Amino acid sequence: MTTAATDEGFVVFDHVQKSYDGETLVVKDLNLSIGKGEFLTMLGPSGSGKTTCLMMLAGFETATHGEIRLGGTNINHLPPHKRGIGMVFQNYALFPHMTVAENLSFPLEVRGMGKSDREAKVKRALDMVQMGKFANRRPAQMSGGQQQRIALARALVFDPELVLMDEPLGALDKQLREHMQFEIKALHERLGITVVYVTHDQGEALTMSDRVAVFNDGRIQQLAPPDELYERPKNSFVAQFIGENNKLPGTVESLEEETCTVRLQTGELINATPVNIRHVGQETLVSIRPERIEFKPEMMPPGAHMIDAEVLEVIYMGDIFRTRMRVAGIDDFVMKSRNTLGQTKLRPGERLKIGWHPQDARALDPM
Amino acid sequence: MKKLLILTTALVATGYAASAQELNIVSWGGSYTVSQVEAYHKPFTAMTGVKINSIDADNPATPLKAQVEAGNVSIDLADIELSDAIRLCDEGLLEPIDPAMLPPAPDGTPATEDFVPGAIQDCAVANIVWGTVVAYDKTKFPGNEPSTLADFFDTTKYPGKRGLLKTAKRTMEMALVADGVAPDKVYEVLGTDEGVARAFKKLDSIKKDIVWWEAGAQPPQLLADGEVVMTTGYNGRFFAAEVGEGKPFGTIWDGEYMDYDLWAIPKGAPHLEDAKKFLAFSTDTQRLADQAKYIAYGPARKSSNALIGMYKDGKTEMAPYMPTNPENMKNPIWTDPTFWADHDAELAEKFNAWLAS
Amino acid sequence: MTDATSQMITTADGKPLKAALAASLAVRRRRAFLLVAPLFLFILISFIVPIGQMLFQSFYNDTFSKNAPALVEWFSTHPEGSEIDESAYAALAADLALMKKNRSAGEAGTRINYDVSGTRSLFTSTARGADKFQPPFKEAILKVEKKWDDPNVWRAMRSASSPFTLDFYLAANDLTRDETGKIVPVAEGQAIYKKLMGRTLMLSLEITALCLLLGFPIAFLLSSLPMRKAMLLMILVLLPFWTSLLVRTTAWMVLLQSQGVVNDLLVWLGLIRDDHRIQMMYNETGTIVAMTHILLPFTILPLYSVMKTIPPSYVRAARSLGATSWTAFRRVYLPQTLPGIGAGGLLVFILAMGYYITPALVGGADGQMISNMIAMHMQKTLNWSLAAALAAELLAIVLIFFWIYDKLVGIDKMKLG
Repeated sequence: MTTAATDEGFVVFDHVQKSYDGETLVVKDLNLSIGKGEFLTMLGPSGSGKTTCLMMLAGFETATHGEIRLGGTNINHLPPHKRGIGMVFQNYALFPHMTVAENLSFPLEVRGMGKSDREAKVKRALDMVQMGKFANRRPAQMSGGQQQRIALARALVFDPELVLMDEPLGALDKQLREHMQFEIKALHERLGITVVYVTHDQGEALTMSDRVAVFNDGRIQQLAPPDELYERPKNSFVAQFIGENNKLPGTVESLEEETCTVRLQTGELINATPVNIRHVGQETLVSIRPERIEFKPEMMPPGAHMIDAEVLEVIYMGDIFRTRMRVAGIDDFVMKSRNTLGQTKLRPGERLKIGWHPQDARALDPM
Repeated sequence: MKKLLILTTALVATGYAASAQELNIVSWGGSYTVSQVEAYHKPFTAMTGVKINSIDADNPATPLKAQVEAGNVSIDLADIELSDAIRLCDEGLLEPIDPAMLPPAPDGTPATEDFVPGAIQDCAVANIVWGTVVAYDKTKFPGNEPSTLADFFDTTKYPGKRGLLKTAKRTMEMALVADGVAPDKVYEVLGTDEGVARAFKKLDSIKKDIVWWEAGAQPPQLLADGEVVMTTGYNGRFFAAEVGEGKPFGTIWDGEYMDYDLWAIPKGAPHLEDAKKFLAFSTDTQRLADQAKYIAYGPARKSSNALIGMYKDGKTEMAPYMPTNPENMKNPIWTDPTFWADHDAELAEKFNAWLAS
Repeated sequence: MTDATSQMITTADGKPLKAALAASLAVRRRRAFLLVAPLFLFILISFIVPIGQMLFQSFYNDTFSKNAPALVEWFSTHPEGSEIDESAYAALAADLALMKKNRSAGEAGTRINYDVSGTRSLFTSTARGADKFQPPFKEAILKVEKKWDDPNVWRAMRSASSPFTLDFYLAANDLTRDETGKIVPVAEGQAIYKKLMGRTLMLSLEITALCLLLGFPIAFLLSSLPMRKAMLLMILVLLPFWTSLLVRTTAWMVLLQSQGVVNDLLVWLGLIRDDHRIQMMYNETGTIVAMTHILLPFTILPLYSVMKTIPPSYVRAARSLGATSWTAFRRVYLPQTLPGIGAGGLLVFILAMGYYITPALVGGADGQMISNMIAMHMQKTLNWSLAAALAAELLAIVLIFFWIYDKLVGIDKMKLG
């Protein structure tokens, strides 16, 4: 896996801004450098500006301000068909009046490629997605998953160095989606292409990407590899958007380089890792992942902070138990514990002490 | 099979039912029907108590023919053109009319002598005489107004567009008369290939200046809009524009084309006796004169002329506008329905071919 | 379920499954049928039956044959080319006498008159004294009317002696028969229908092309605008649609006539001289302009409804795949609008082929169409059989175009809105 190798990335957004109505900015000062061969995902809720960024990169929208560079060249005013970027759409956008082979042949034809070359390339691309048998079908005669493979093959058939994918798996059911995620990832690695992938599904973003750019409100909130994003969210939005998180509001009592203490609303004092805390007395949200919470004293990590809790509800979810409890006056504090042999069964109403490693409690900006 | 078609046509054309003590009378609609309702229908209902349903048709002969052929007649009386009256009579679709049932003139002259020639047919009796005349815009020819049919075809002396009826009938006869054929010889000439060619030649001389009209409402409109400076048209319509709306129109009473409209009773009319009564009533001298109050069509009885008074506006003397006024009847073309029964299709085709060439 | 005896699947109570299914479906079918029955009946009575009868009348006309039994008999025993001898005249005399009695000479004469102009009065005048004819009949009849000698009249009577005839189709194609019965074109000055049919076809195609050309960009604009603006524009498109046809045609007359608004404007602007006003009405131009305007919504609506369903991602995909905007339009967008183009085009074409009021009002002499002829024969000359033959040909042309459309685009792809 590669990340940005050169100083100047393969795709660069340089102070890009975009406004549709001249009053509000949909994209606010975007700076992003994507390395060659990287799989970068733009993740965010709808309206966060991620799709606009993709459309600007593809050439369907123009940047109001700033520059977009591809391979070192400014492409702001380059029309889409000259950018040589492959693109996969959410609704597949397979031309319904053409067969699969004709769909794949289309980008080659408009590039003036000869017939025999075209046929060879189309066949190779179809084989690549295991759809060789379907060359003469029409899009309407295929399932959604099949259509998505064809759309993928079409975006790759003319050997683009950059492929954009706009929520390509959004219309598929869960099982198929997971399967396709795997295939796309495999193709990316095999072909060494650069992929910019847009999704609002954080699971998808985490499993596939080299790096994820979390968008909100027209800005990138955090740009990081999936593990870092999950484990070290930079702010409350990212913490909340990626995976599940418990939030304990409080006030910063003391602040050092590596650690800080936070006074919760119920008066308890807990240790946490300061992330974007600037001064003592500041309001903060302490975020803790549910699976990092422990209640058995023998499993408690060293230096763990202990706090009182009351079990409200236990949900059996097969591989885990999801226990909702009241902690420091908060009713929706969740703890996930693996369903192991001899796991202690908790009951609603039970009072106990829970704890976590101070590193797992991240003091973030209040939202 | 044909019966069925006629039946469906009849059903669509006229969806009304017959019942006792009423008459279903089909006419042409517009101000013409209004004049009949005022002059005939209302007094008749007042006198007899028979209710009259007035029905409009594009050509009353069409539903009449369809109904009689289908054997399902609801029409009691229809106002039809002469050519249709003769054709339908020949085909046995009309009740024969005994002239003896028509009342004599007030001075005792029998009906057969009081009506203008040709007004009493075997199966129909004329109520009005109407003319297809040339009218012109007086403002376009100050001090030099056209006065003959030949002037209509003279675009050097009287420059400007001409309006002409887009049918062979009337247009071709008028062309021949303008070319110098005597009105009483016109059908003799038109019956030959040379005569047809002569008519087209005359029409050719102004073809590029012709604006063709089809509906009776068009000529006064074309004239008023300035689209044409002269046009043929029905004298009643020009009267309405000239007297009713004060348009500066003049009428040429030369080579005008005379036509009748006649009452006819279909075979199998549901109220035969009342229909005959109405027919006799509406064609008496007074009733025919009364109608002239509402529309400038001439009464078919000579004795009515003396009774024609003022137009309904109370100040316009009707007589000068009547086609039957002796002053206006100096050189009329009287229609020949037999000729047209024979040559309608052929001349229509030739006329359209000439139009398209 | 090929082997029904060994593999019979039954319902829980032992009835064969197929029978049970059929029974449960029958109720639904009956209900569906009852729902459409009124409309079906209505269409049958008001549409299919009259059209069938119209077609029937174009080749069936018994007005002569039913009134002239003796002549029908004579023609059936004397083949074409037989001498018109005393026996023929005897039959004629007998039939004329019958016609006088039945008052049917006019009806029979009209049928022959369609073929040989000027013969209707031959029948009515000869029939008047028909009960007094004495043998030899030939002499007696020719003494009254010499025209009975004309072989053309006899040829026409032979042709009309069978109620089934193609005469009207011949007439509709500017053809007739000569004295020997050979099919020949009619005199040059009389040929009109083929020419008008051709013109109708040309005008309709021109109007269709114009409608598509003008309607396509508008439909495209409508489909790409946000809903609210699109609806506003749509109302503008539909506004003339809601106005009476006559009002619209008259409006065009006011605009286009030589003393009309457009000419006045051009004169005022100094573009043309007052005495050189452009003739935009009472000719082909007037017909095309007025009809294009009247029929435009019929192309815009199907096009719009098709375009509305084409997501912008198709063109975007094409562009991203390397197509210029023109190529993307031509190869990706345009083919997808074909169902709309086909439906709109076909609709306008069919409507234009049968249009009648507008060409009658603004067409003048050279903007006439075949339907004006059909109307004339329906209303004025009352030759319904010829009108039917012309209408049948019009119908055939429309069906041919329908068939071509089906072959090229496929009728199942038609989208009307």
